[in-house]
Amino acid sequence: MKPLLLESFTATSCIGLGVAPTLESLRARRSGLRRCEFETVDIETHVGEVPGVDAVRLPKELSRFDCRNNRLAELSLRQDGFEEAVGRAASRCGRRRIGVFMGTSTAGILQTEIAYRHRDLVTGALPDSFEYSATHNSFSIADYLRRRLHLEGPAMVVSCACASSAKVFGSARRMIEAGIIDAAVVGGVDSLCLTTLYGFHSLQLSSASPCRPFDVARDGISIGEAAAFALLVPPQGTLGGDDVLLLGVGESSDAHHMSAPHPEGQGARRAMRAALLSAGLDAEAIDYINLHGTGTPSNDRSESQAVTSVFGAATPGSSTKGATGHTLGAAGALEAVISAITLRSGFMPGGVNTTRIDPMLTAHYLRENRPSPALHVLSNSFGFGGTNCSLIFGRAGARAPT
Amino acid sequence: MKLSAYIGGIGVLGPGLADWREAAAVLSGAKPYSPAATVLTAPALLPSTERRRTGRVVKLALAVALEASSRAKIDPAGLASVFSSSGGDGHNCHELCQALALAGREVSPTRFSNSVHNAAAGYWSIATGATLESNVLCAFDASFCAGLLEAVTQVVVDGQSLLLVAYDTEYPEPINSKRPLPDAFGAALVLTPDPGPTSVARIDVALGNERPDTMEDPALESLRLSIPAARSLPLLSHLARADAGRTVLEYLDVSSIAVYVEPCR
Repeated sequence: MKPLLLESFTATSCIGLGVAPTLESLRARRSGLRRCEFETVDIETHVGEVPGVDAVRLPKELSRFDCRNNRLAELSLRQDGFEEAVGRAASRCGRRRIGVFMGTSTAGILQTEIAYRHRDLVTGALPDSFEYSATHNSFSIADYLRRRLHLEGPAMVVSCACASSAKVFGSARRMIEAGIIDAAVVGGVDSLCLTTLYGFHSLQLSSASPCRPFDVARDGISIGEAAAFALLVPPQGTLGGDDVLLLGVGESSDAHHMSAPHPEGQGARRAMRAALLSAGLDAEAIDYINLHGTGTPSNDRSESQAVTSVFGAATPGSSTKGATGHTLGAAGALEAVISAITLRSGFMPGGVNTTRIDPMLTAHYLRENRPSPALHVLSNSFGFGGTNCSLIFGRAGARAPT
Repeated sequence: MKLSAYIGGIGVLGPGLADWREAAAVLSGAKPYSPAATVLTAPALLPSTERRRTGRVVKLALAVALEASSRAKIDPAGLASVFSSSGGDGHNCHELCQALALAGREVSPTRFSNSVHNAAAGYWSIATGATLESNVLCAFDASFCAGLLEAVTQVVVDGQSLLLVAYDTEYPEPINSKRPLPDAFGAALVLTPDPGPTSVARIDVALGNERPDTMEDPALESLRLSIPAARSLPLLSHLARADAGRTVLEYLDVSSIAVYVEPCR
């Protein structure tokens, strides 16, 4: 693929509002996971809740979009000058030439869950205040952002479970290469809701304690929430050494099971190989892998096998979900931003919470921060339905000028 | 870059439209349109254990996907896919919300697994062994055109043959009052970068802001407006009549998609 520049990027999760606090948390190896006190949830689990979401107010003209998911998006949009960067791109390329591609798994379904508790006793109707299209429908997050940012190009939501907001990079790449748009706002937003908290609990896939990816005693995920965005443009002129490029995208399907990964990680392997091919890089060029690493026994086992078969056992990797929780449909974009932070910061983040690495897992797992710079990072995102996406990012300084 | 692709096979299922053959007869004017409830059958593609777990949305998507790939005489295992739906499985969503509103909050694990928007795409890939990329989109009422744009772009940029599946089913009450979709409608197209023996037409797609075409028949126009996937009807009509010409499809409020159709003879 033709590389794309991340002209601006930002992420908001339980480890920080914006890039600087996120970097600080990664450096300090801080986890944002806390015992779940969200809403009326009564299960024993830990979550990565973003503080202050309830206090966020949307612009008055967009008040029908009001819900936790869009508030989280609004909070994230205000960090790192992201909104201003999109504004500059719009004046440069035109509003119709910028696409908005967002990943989410549950959008504002929390509104519907709450509305179901307030049905009319006689008719069963939902309250008048309930807004389907602006909160519940998956598209609501892309619709909110295109209105909020005054963009008029193509817009859509990708909803492929936990690979959603990695896959938006692929859609943006194709639309820019096809010449339909000159820039794309990509990202992912998913927020805490009862469907995912009780749903993963029902599948016995969530842990009571903070998740421990790749640990011998790992016993499930911790659900988090996040909003992460990037402004993708074709690079022009001279790039700075710190500039971050999207270099490769690889996608595949397992064709195996709805809620379990292929046991040997065949789909994951194909996604990683396709990403390398798309970037024109050998496996040896990857310095660090941001693993999907959810912390369930089967996910980590399958991913470890896939990683080892593509990269061998030497390439260091870690899952940042011990810090952020699994932010589901936002995980791809959040970890894309963490990959960009890694490329700029000069260290590879070690996974937190993991105390004893499972000896059966052969991939090289970092438990401590490694103070060596990465020039190329691969980030994995896999989801229910057997959907897989791997992204490769690189520091512009690592590439010969084109 | 010119956004062109060849249509190798079509699948349709909707109210009073049992398959593409019947839809083509109605849309070309050879047969009058008589609306009747959409009839969905259990997907024979799936093993019986999986078949029992699938709801209306999966049945619909798999039926049109299978019809399109059969008509294209292409093994679906070798096709990438773009699935696009405004709302996914409304009945499943209702059951989950209902369970979460009760004191015990007993959520069925199968219902939760099936609640992902990409459930139909997942079942399709399991049933056919399709391991290439599969994207699953939502753009509310614009979901058909969002899927078309994504699909044609992928055909052109990556030279990839793929299956586009647009599908919507109704919600039960109480969500139905907030999002009234009257029934199920699905349309699937096999799109290829080059012409093949089964190619029906070449389409050239362009983003614009013209006023979208409507259907002359009031019942078909009502169908077009009431189910997002049926926003495809003006394009399907061109394909049914095998007319060369241009049609404009409704996309987002500020834009539309113009499709030039050149039939293959």
